[in-house]
Amino acid sequence: MLMINLILVLLIGGAISWWSERFGSNTPRLIALVIVIADLLYLLLASAGLTSEPFAIGAGSGAASASTWLLSYQLDWIPRFGISLHLAMDGLSLILVALTLVLGAIAIISSWNESNQRQGFFQANILWTLAGVIGVFLAMDLFLFFLFWEVMLVPMYLLIAIWGHEGKAYASMKFFIFTQLSGLLMLVAILVLAKLHHSATGVFSFNYFDLLNLNIDSSTAYWLMLGFFIAFVVKLPSFPFHTWLPDAHTQAPTAGSVILAGILLKTGAYGLIRFTVPLFPNAALEFAPIAMILGVIGIIYGAVLAFSQSDFKRLVAYSSVSHMGFVLLGVFAWNVLALQGAVIQMVAHGFSTAALFMIAGALQQRLHTRDMNKMGGLWHHMPRMGAFALFFALASLGLPGLGNFVAEFLVLVGLFAVSPWFTAVAALGLITAAIYSLIMMQKAFYGKPPSELEVADFNNLDMTAMGVMIIALIGLGLYPQPVFDLVQPVIDSLLAHTLGAGSQ
Amino acid sequence: MIELAMFETNVVAMLAPLILSIATLVMMLQIAFWRHAITSWLICCSTLTACIAALYWSSAVAPQQVSSILVSDHYSLFFSLLILFASLITALLTKDYLEQRSGENEEFYLLLMLSALGALVLVSATHLASFLLGLELLGVALYALIAYPERGRLPLEAAIKYLVLSGAASAILLFGFALIYAALGSLSFVGIGLQLSQDLAADRQLLVLIGTAMVFTGIGFKLSLVPFHMWTPDVYQGAPAPVTGFLSTVSKGAIFAALMRLFIDAQLYRFPSLLLALSIVAAASMVIGNLLALKQNSLKRLLAYSSIAHIGYLVITIVVYGSLQKAQLAVEAASFYLTAYMLTSLAAFAVLTVLSTQTNRGYEQTDSDSIDSVRGLFWSKPLLALVLTIALLSLAGIPLTIGFVGKFYILTVAIEGALWLLIAALVIGSGIGIYYYLRVVFAMTEQIKQTSSAPSAQQGMSLVAKLVICLLIFMMLALGVLPQPLIEQIGNLY
Repeated sequence: MLMINLILVLLIGGAISWWSERFGSNTPRLIALVIVIADLLYLLLASAGLTSEPFAIGAGSGAASASTWLLSYQLDWIPRFGISLHLAMDGLSLILVALTLVLGAIAIISSWNESNQRQGFFQANILWTLAGVIGVFLAMDLFLFFLFWEVMLVPMYLLIAIWGHEGKAYASMKFFIFTQLSGLLMLVAILVLAKLHHSATGVFSFNYFDLLNLNIDSSTAYWLMLGFFIAFVVKLPSFPFHTWLPDAHTQAPTAGSVILAGILLKTGAYGLIRFTVPLFPNAALEFAPIAMILGVIGIIYGAVLAFSQSDFKRLVAYSSVSHMGFVLLGVFAWNVLALQGAVIQMVAHGFSTAALFMIAGALQQRLHTRDMNKMGGLWHHMPRMGAFALFFALASLGLPGLGNFVAEFLVLVGLFAVSPWFTAVAALGLITAAIYSLIMMQKAFYGKPPSELEVADFNNLDMTAMGVMIIALIGLGLYPQPVFDLVQPVIDSLLAHTLGAGSQ
Repeated sequence: MIELAMFETNVVAMLAPLILSIATLVMMLQIAFWRHAITSWLICCSTLTACIAALYWSSAVAPQQVSSILVSDHYSLFFSLLILFASLITALLTKDYLEQRSGENEEFYLLLMLSALGALVLVSATHLASFLLGLELLGVALYALIAYPERGRLPLEAAIKYLVLSGAASAILLFGFALIYAALGSLSFVGIGLQLSQDLAADRQLLVLIGTAMVFTGIGFKLSLVPFHMWTPDVYQGAPAPVTGFLSTVSKGAIFAALMRLFIDAQLYRFPSLLLALSIVAAASMVIGNLLALKQNSLKRLLAYSSIAHIGYLVITIVVYGSLQKAQLAVEAASFYLTAYMLTSLAAFAVLTVLSTQTNRGYEQTDSDSIDSVRGLFWSKPLLALVLTIALLSLAGIPLTIGFVGKFYILTVAIEGALWLLIAALVIGSGIGIYYYLRVVFAMTEQIKQTSSAPSAQQGMSLVAKLVICLLIFMMLALGVLPQPLIEQIGNLY
């Protein structure tokens, strides 16, 4: 029930904060913030007592293997097609759900200084997006997974379409069409899987654990794998499916950018780890070189484009494309080190990019521009913001001691065992990251300060949000062991599953 | 005694059409002696409600063959329910709409009931004669309904267009019937099927094939499938909003349901060339319908093109039935999708009806159906915006709405039949579809400057309209979240 409650609290909370709009624009913000923090506390308290048993995917069938997870909940939903309301949580989902809630709270804080129009509906959409994302991380029935996958788009679309900046019509439409169309491909792949299960056993099933053990002939598996792969790399995003991202991130309101970059992109990475590779291990192995080429291109190409932007938000957006390339590499290298790296990258990138988008939003709100050529010397006027920007720029370029470094280092070490050449090219990404991050600092915060400029620095609320993210990044950089421990059993069993399938 | 009992059973089985026939007579008398729109409206609504209740008793004796041309089985009863429900919703919303317009409004309800009667006959037809009877009753009443606003230029144009093209389609259809009869000497669906299951001489087979092709051409016109779709946008735009909704749901739904029965009982799936032609028509409808909807600024035209695409999705189920022969899943999918499509279209046109009721018009009394008329609707009329958003998302097939479950069904049967090219057309078509559905949603979310004149010209919604809209929202969401009850109902229709 814990997992259902997590989602329900957000859904109902969204409705409440929409309703509370009538009491002024700060009430819905406060209510939304309290709800998200309460949800987070609920998750942490409830999962503190759970011990992570050895993760065994596909051992036995159905409910038997689900019992080795931290939590599992199953309820019949559409028995005609063997669809059930099946949620389950393991270490990986736990980390991502916690990340979602933390960044959700930060997104709400970041909306505090923005426009006051329709704050209730705005907060409601944020909470509903969070609910959808948490559903994606927990769903173990492919129909249910797809449902959450699509449903989270609608509130996100509304966030961009209603509260976005000047080009919101184009950006929101592009975002929706890219994800929806790729989602349809995944739906077709899911239905084919269910049909294969039907012809093999006589019953329809969308249960993840049933479908894991299907025997699929290799050419079919390759096509199905592509269906899932495309849906996930559009969301990740990876070259050449990334073009929606700079538009959507740039046009979204700050809270929307924080959620998009911090959380929504991770659903793509999660999907690759949870579904694409385990469901089709052999096809994924066969496809791995192409995926890794895409990852490497994404790293370099994203970095080059980030370097050439003059728009602060677009720069950060393209840096996401570059960072997510590491996740793609880590997943398709498919060994313990690389996968650990990919997971840490998901968390660390979530924090560092969310913080940079918050700074970008704060700048736009104060200066009414995102053009870095019109900035410069801002450190003088806003020392707090400048210092934070420097910290997160350094985190983003992979400074040792911070989370991003651990992540990228692990991915590269893991990848080296698989393909030294890709590793060599991908390592260039660390250099290019330094270039665009420092250029960003240089253009926006250093240089000659403009003489007459009256702007407010970060207030205490912003400082708190920033502080949380700094602590998280330093924690991940200096002592990532707790995350490793949580994820290790998941990775072990995933690897065991794919090895077992590969040897057949 | 036995004959009397037989007679009674037949009456019970055909209770709904009988009540409807008698009520049309009553209303005719009422209009002749005492013109009063509210009374006519009350008679219409209570008759339709009584018919819905009557289906309950009819289902107790189903399946029952009534004479050799009509049948009352679960299939016909299910679609009768949909038709009556859609007609009732149309009738409920029409009152306010007509009151805003001058003119004699009593006959509108009479025509509506006649049209619904035609649709009921159509879904119960097991014989080409009753098929034609239902089709024409439905169609002829619709011509008058489309042209009902006496002052408008557009409705008249639409009605004439529909009359001429629909008449031509009926003629082609009849010619097809004649050819089939000439070759097989049978007019009942099952009779045709029996003949086709035996080995036929090549020349007779050819005659039947040509006849069938003509029948499908005629029906293709009525369903507005590509390449017979030209009339659709003009008629949709010209007809008054409630009538457009009726045309889009009752007329198309009933014709499709009858077509499915004809296809199955007459075993027309035995012609591979027909299946190929249907596949091409389906793919073309999906892609072209969606493409042409892209640039429309009139919501009615947009919905017209989108309905072309949706009927295209539906045709997939017929093709699947044909390629798999005995596929109960295909009928189930068609029934579900039709339900979803009818509910969703009803909701969309309900919004247009209410909007047209609320705003002032010029002398010609055209409907407010341009995309500008919904700009900022989220902030000015949240309830209408909500129902239109849900309807559009449902048409686009976004989860939690009934449209998604419908699309899920269509994809499932298409995969079952391994029709990869049709699946590709469906995916491409849906991708295009999102754009124009979202364009409308985006327009609704825009913030517009309040002009001083706008609010004063508008008035609130009536209680009936509010209730109808809430009911439609509830049904679209409830059946999208918990489709199992409906699935159980349609599980063994055929």
